[in-house]
Amino acid sequence: MALFSKLFSKIRGGQTSSADWQEIESSLIESDLGAANTGEIITLARKLKSDEVEQAVTETLASWLSTASRSIAKNTDRPTTILVVGVNGTGKTTSSAKLASALKRDGASVLLAAADTFRAAAIEQLQTWGERLGVSVISGKANGDPASVAFDAATKAKADGLNFLIVDTAGRLHTKSGLMDELGKVRRVIEKITPVDEVLLVVDATTGQNGITQAKVFAESVALTGLILSKMDGSARGGIALAIERETGLPVKFVGTGESAGDFQPFDAQKYLSGLIA
Amino acid sequence: MFESLSSKFASAFSSLRSKGRIKESDLDDIFGEIRSALLDSDVSLEVTNNFISTIDDKARAVLGELNKSTNPSQAIFDIVHQELIEILGGSARRIRLAKKPPTVILLTGLQGAGKTSLAGKLAKYLKDQGNTPLLVASDLQRPNAVTQLQVVGESVKVPVFAPEAGNGVGDPVAVAKAGVKFAEDKFHNIVIVDTAGRLGVDAELMQQAAKIRDAISPDEILFVVDAMIGQDAVRTAQAFQEGVGFDAVVLTKLDGDARGGAALSISQVTGRPIMFAATGEKVTDFDLFYPERMASRILGMGDIATLAETAKNAFDSETASKLESKFASGEDFTLDDFLSQLEAMKKMGSMSKLLGMLPGANSGAMKKQLEQFDDSELIRTQAIVQSMTPAERGEPKLLNGSRRARIAKGSGRAVSEVNALMDRFAAAQKMMRQMRSGKGMPNIPGMPSLPGMSGMPNAAAPAKIAPPKKKSKSGNPAKRAAEEAL
Ligand SMILES: Nc1nc2c(ncn2[C@@H]2O[C@H](COP(=O)(O)OP(=O)(O)OP(=O)(O)O)[C@@H](O)[C@H]2O)c(=O)[nH]1
Ligand SMILES: [Mg+2]
Repeated sequence: MALFSKLFSKIRGGQTSSADWQEIESSLIESDLGAANTGEIITLARKLKSDEVEQAVTETLASWLSTASRSIAKNTDRPTTILVVGVNGTGKTTSSAKLASALKRDGASVLLAAADTFRAAAIEQLQTWGERLGVSVISGKANGDPASVAFDAATKAKADGLNFLIVDTAGRLHTKSGLMDELGKVRRVIEKITPVDEVLLVVDATTGQNGITQAKVFAESVALTGLILSKMDGSARGGIALAIERETGLPVKFVGTGESAGDFQPFDAQKYLSGLIA
Repeated sequence: MFESLSSKFASAFSSLRSKGRIKESDLDDIFGEIRSALLDSDVSLEVTNNFISTIDDKARAVLGELNKSTNPSQAIFDIVHQELIEILGGSARRIRLAKKPPTVILLTGLQGAGKTSLAGKLAKYLKDQGNTPLLVASDLQRPNAVTQLQVVGESVKVPVFAPEAGNGVGDPVAVAKAGVKFAEDKFHNIVIVDTAGRLGVDAELMQQAAKIRDAISPDEILFVVDAMIGQDAVRTAQAFQEGVGFDAVVLTKLDGDARGGAALSISQVTGRPIMFAATGEKVTDFDLFYPERMASRILGMGDIATLAETAKNAFDSETASKLESKFASGEDFTLDDFLSQLEAMKKMGSMSKLLGMLPGANSGAMKKQLEQFDDSELIRTQAIVQSMTPAERGEPKLLNGSRRARIAKGSGRAVSEVNALMDRFAAAQKMMRQMRSGKGMPNIPGMPSLPGMSGMPNAAAPAKIAPPKKKSKSGNPAKRAAEEAL
């Protein structure tokens, strides 16, 4: 793999100057990979001969990727139920819609549940997406009980024999334990009807080191199965995703690259890693 | 693995404090630690490096002098603190009202930064100061952003100008322009224009933002940014500065545990001050930004100034003076006083947020407890006290088993909860006595205890490195306790 050829072509063959090392270091820190992770990479790479540097850096980064499956569960006997969670404003609603759109394109039957009953007009936002995509949306009253919306949706998905149920939830900071408990309740209530197969945490690519705590706390309260890395169309390189994968073992399953339904791809490790060093 | 910036600062300084004389190599160590602490808090690499080299120069220049002083580590601490304040933008800045109304405020920022919620909070804040703001719905991009602003506007009772339903239809430039015109006609003295989120790299949308700006010539352009943003903060802020320009920054979602390193980076790189901080999802979770206080918070010194101010606003002057005279006369602190303090506390807002302002609140163990803190405990406590008769409140000794059982029943709580409360009250009463006798006060009087939190400020390292005590002593017990906690 020659991922970082531009930067490493300078280094390859010649003497690696301390300015070169600083450049690699800066690049990784500026991707939000974290100071400690970056320090480790640099220490490791410096021990090697210069013609091995690129390979060493690349392989180490790649070794931090999660080894868990990056595809989503697909049941044949019951609806595959997906809970979409995350802190405020990361792109949960948009990602729920994009995922619904991708599944529908593959010929699956999909139901969306508007379980964000809290944020102003969040229900309408998902309904608008549903109309655009031709996907039904189950919703309740604003400020109502999110768990009961999820329950109704799970009941319908099961009764109608649908392939997928995607539940959009309200944004919540992981530090609010009451809200984290509420999320656990949403999950438990759905599971009275049908098991929850995927819990996806939406992480904004601009997120800094706080993303690790986010992932850990959400994982504790709702047993995450993976991540959606949103807003990769911006200037942020999303290094926090690799830091999270390393720390928690959770795999990024999808990447969001824009505001339209189609701006959504399965995670491509090679492409991602090569974007880390600019 | 992820510790907060404050606790890292605290540990770095506590090792420095243990040394009598500071050598050049000690400085290398501490500045190395501060560097990684800043990076872990998402301060941009460039700003971090500049910051370190500045404090390094300053400290080395005076090292000889410092070592002659009685407390050299304190002096270094002061250098770091001062420099942080400097970077955060010096003194606080307010909205400048235009000479000729309406004052036009334009909100810009990335997708998901929190502009629409902020528009509502800002409108409420300005309205509460006697202004007549108008909200303008110029985010016609994100599905139902217009509806969201309408709901928010309704909840703060501020009119919303929304001629277009949005969802990709309509011209945001035209709406913004018509909104300002509408405000002029209807004599609104302030217009707040909400716009769609956009990426710094999206040239087309940045141009649209510039067009909105040119159409309405805003008096203040505010750049709204999520406190959780990482290293991209600088690139993004620069892109917005070049694309639309902005006068000040608003930091959102500061109620999380992100240390807000972006704040440092953005003010430093763009030279624009941070004006407001949003600290929760309620419309009142909105504060002016004080660089001084933020710097103190980062350094683990707590945010006593904000706490004291909040306390002052919540205690009505009658309650406060009653407590004051009581305090001065040496009378005992009763359950009635306790009750009025609980009521004041409720007015002050989320307890965990308030407690988070105390020195040491960001240290690991304390932080965990704060996050677990349940604000409804306040309500439960209040219910228990309210179920007591006036006589019982005046003379807690009356509370025998059967009375406690009655109170438990009346308040719908368990007897064990009543007992626990009475124990805590006895402790609070004792503390009040201690405080009066000048022994210092480890806690806010009347505050429902946090598990394991007694002696809080002392329990955490950062309190040890706090600057000398302020001389002024407030008569308000909560405020005074807060001051003494410094
Ligand atoms: N550029 C870009 N914008 C995105 C992407 N995903 C979401 N957004 C935008 O980010 C903003 C927030 O997205 P939402 O889907 O409303 O986020 P959310 O997490 O549901 O927000 P809350 O429910 O308020 O917590 C919207 O303006 C979206 O259009 C992405 O991949 N790229
Ligand atoms: Mg949403």
